[in-house]
Amino acid sequence: MRYLWLLLTGVMVVLFIVPAYADTTAHALFGIRLPAPDDDSQKSALGLTGTGSFSILDIGADAVVVEIFSMYCPHCQREAPLLNAFYETIRKESRAGRKIAVIGIGAGNSKYEVEFFRKKFDVPFPLFSDIDYSLHKALGGHKTPHFFVADITDDSAGSVFYDKTGAIEDYDALLKRIWKEISR
Amino acid sequence: MNVKVFAFLVVVCFVFSPATSLVMGGESAAYRENIYNPGELKPVDSELKVKPGDPAPDFELPSVAGQRIGLEDFKGRKNVVISFVPAAWTPVCSDQWPGYNILQSLFDEHDAVLIGITVDNVPTLYSWTKQMGDLWFPVLSDFWPHGKTADAFGVLRSDGLSERALFIIDKKGVVQYTHVSNINVRPRLEDLVSALEKISR
Repeated sequence: MRYLWLLLTGVMVVLFIVPAYADTTAHALFGIRLPAPDDDSQKSALGLTGTGSFSILDIGADAVVVEIFSMYCPHCQREAPLLNAFYETIRKESRAGRKIAVIGIGAGNSKYEVEFFRKKFDVPFPLFSDIDYSLHKALGGHKTPHFFVADITDDSAGSVFYDKTGAIEDYDALLKRIWKEISR
Repeated sequence: MNVKVFAFLVVVCFVFSPATSLVMGGESAAYRENIYNPGELKPVDSELKVKPGDPAPDFELPSVAGQRIGLEDFKGRKNVVISFVPAAWTPVCSDQWPGYNILQSLFDEHDAVLIGITVDNVPTLYSWTKQMGDLWFPVLSDFWPHGKTADAFGVLRSDGLSERALFIIDKKGVVQYTHVSNINVRPRLEDLVSALEKISR
């Protein structure tokens, strides 16, 4: 019986160490700073005012989808129209004033390359350059595309509930999950 | 406490743990671990043999599509951008050409074609480029005599790889632009575009 209790204790430790890791991810995501977009409509899409830099928690939304992408990544190129369609869906679908924002961070991409990607795929949401990979490294150095989705209903302490490399397999399921997370 | 009660507790802990949603995900099937990472290499390990204003060394090499393609095919018709990348199945090379694959309109604007060259053999290039999707530009093999074309341009490294290098050859067959990158770093797109703009003015 003593061994069973030891095993149970081990399982509990594992289950609560992993959330500690998740907290690290949230800490990294909410710790990065991005330059406010020059374009007023993009600034408005993020609910930002003023100039300078902002953090994910400053975005005027209840949830934010962050895609780490690269202009050079074929998987990101394939994902682009799907993510655009997802963005259009969340723009049209509003629940009790809840808002979801989407941004992209171009790992290793210059401003020119990010802009080329934006024009090529008509990306409607703000994209940011990360030419020296500093944001990419700070966020775990994942392969691209990588997606984080964070609940930022609480402006002082958000939480990350999606942290995954690769294409989003089911956008409808993701949207349902986002509404569920931010409606708690 | 019997085993059933213990198992029940474990399941309850797992289901209600905040960790569950994080550990149940996984990498996309698109990300099989099939890229070899050679680590940090000497940035440049060769000396250019051509400079702007020189006639470009002629070459004719087998393409992945089964043709033989050379500079002569474009003389008088198109500016030619040659992209040498060091090796198939390596990290930086594996995303450089997929990036160029969305640039066809940009090359068209400057009346230019792109040719990709590595020192790998055709079967290797076939399987490697297949995972990039349908490339709009030809990919040539400078495998045999090994690296002869890379050497003619002065971008064959001492280990038999080529440099990560870009050349622009104008319609008269004259070298207009040379750029040898640090082999570990992808060249910035804007530098190439700026060079193309100067040539097509």
